[in-house]
Amino acid sequence: MECRDIINTLAACLQVSGTDPGLAQFIQILLGVLIVTMAPLIVVILLIWVERKFAARVQDRIGPNRVGPYGLFQTVADALKLITKEDITPAGADRLIYNLAPIVSIVSVILIWAVIPFSPIHIGVDLSIGALYFVAVGSIGTLAIMMAGWSSNNKYALLGAFRVVAQLVSYEVPMVFALLVPVLIAGSMSMQGIVEAQRGMWFVVLSPVAALIFFISTQAETGRAPFDLIEAESELVAGFNIEYSGMKFGLFFAGEFVHVFTNALLMAALFFGGWVGPGVDQIPALGFVYIALKATVFYLVSLLLRSTLPRVRIDQLMSFNWKFLVPVSIVNVIVVAFLLQVVRALGLAPAADLANDFIANLPQAIVLLLGSLVIVAFVLQQLRNFGRQERAAAQTVMVRKEDDVDMLPAQAAH
Amino acid sequence: MLELNAQSIGFLVFSVFTIGGGLGVVTSRNLIHGALFLILSLFGAAGLFVLLSAEFLAAVQVLVYIGAIAILIIFAVMLTRSMTRLSEVFNRQWWLSAVVAVGLFVLILVGVILPVFGGMDTASVAPDVATTVDLGVALVDGNQYVLPFEVASILLTAAMIGAIVIARDNE
Repeated sequence: MECRDIINTLAACLQVSGTDPGLAQFIQILLGVLIVTMAPLIVVILLIWVERKFAARVQDRIGPNRVGPYGLFQTVADALKLITKEDITPAGADRLIYNLAPIVSIVSVILIWAVIPFSPIHIGVDLSIGALYFVAVGSIGTLAIMMAGWSSNNKYALLGAFRVVAQLVSYEVPMVFALLVPVLIAGSMSMQGIVEAQRGMWFVVLSPVAALIFFISTQAETGRAPFDLIEAESELVAGFNIEYSGMKFGLFFAGEFVHVFTNALLMAALFFGGWVGPGVDQIPALGFVYIALKATVFYLVSLLLRSTLPRVRIDQLMSFNWKFLVPVSIVNVIVVAFLLQVVRALGLAPAADLANDFIANLPQAIVLLLGSLVIVAFVLQQLRNFGRQERAAAQTVMVRKEDDVDMLPAQAAH
Repeated sequence: MLELNAQSIGFLVFSVFTIGGGLGVVTSRNLIHGALFLILSLFGAAGLFVLLSAEFLAAVQVLVYIGAIAILIIFAVMLTRSMTRLSEVFNRQWWLSAVVAVGLFVLILVGVILPVFGGMDTASVAPDVATTVDLGVALVDGNQYVLPFEVASILLTAAMIGAIVIARDNE
């Protein structure tokens, strides 16, 4: 290794200045880890401001506007307030687990950032099982909420935590099935491999159904409106985090904000080409811009959903998942896998040397897109039948009620 | 020979996690603490998988086992009356489980140390590390593990159908 500049070849530079090779390597890795873990914590300061401004505009308010230009430093002031607040531990709480839960909660989100590809060369670590790693790490978040709910010694917190298991574990199923589709098409579980495979064509074109299912189920994974049953203010006071105060509450809060943006980043990387864009091979840093732009779009969409949709009931939440998302996602995986084999057998798949070419990808994309359209048409037909049945059932119930009850004069006249 | 490098330090740390967590599971009188110790133990096992270059198994370990601990905690809370104040560390069957545990440990120890089950030929280990693709192929290859894979699938399907039948209302 040669020492060219201190940013890219830090270990080599340290060795030149007389550091032990092992130590130099260690320092370089340590700094890399620090950068990857600090990035989400710094980004979240901006995200909270964006979210509050956005929600305010939706609700016809101005939002934070006092601290700094456009209220940009409001979050800093809030963080200072949270740090200086009294730290309360409820009586009878399990102290160790109670204190550990917020840390586990935010760590489970930050760990995902390790496999997010920001540019052709900038990624925390390009694991060969990146996609699976993201699912595995995400499942720890469920555990953190369960720990918080149980250790608080509060029945509302425990009820909120119980709902978490029902909701998050259920929505993991369609999410994983949707995640399988990019893995299938790219033929790789490495996040960098998945993004590389989209140079010719974004996967959203090949399987819009998977992209939509992934978006919906990650939205549910964050536990925010319209899926915010884990902290339903009206029934559970605040859910699993009711007993937390000060910066411990802040950590849960920050974890949730980072999670939303992380999901937007994953959405961009898995289905919308990640860092792929014009000129990214010459200037890799452009990848940051492209993926950030794409992620911002999804971030804003999920903010819009949060501030406009009402909360669903727990039974609606579960039946929507198990009776709609799960079957559709399973059918989608089977159809995509089948069509991919058909495409390869017919020789429509782009040749290896033309994989980055838009035109060469067209035949494969058209076949897969047609498959997706068939699924969409079938699902819409089923939904229409279902709606018709439900309306008919509702009407017969109403008619029967009118027959049973003695009709009032006004109703009879009507 | 054991030399001090990143590998051996990692092995040491993960072994402590695995064994310490396992001890915690059986000695703690609080069921929730027991479940959390189980996480530590399983996490240590996942770390050992990583050291053996089996990242896929490590990720599956975290996903399937650690992810399911939350459900285990739910059961602990719902199905037991005094889960935080168990007065007894031992129950009436402690000797039975002790015999089974010691027997299994001896069996594995003998299998590892003595060449009872077919040799200690360390050279027979393939030099290239098996990838996830190799694992997937092995599961569906007619000459390898397709039969156990299918049997396990049928077992899981049967269990799932059984659960649905039990959970259904009697109509």
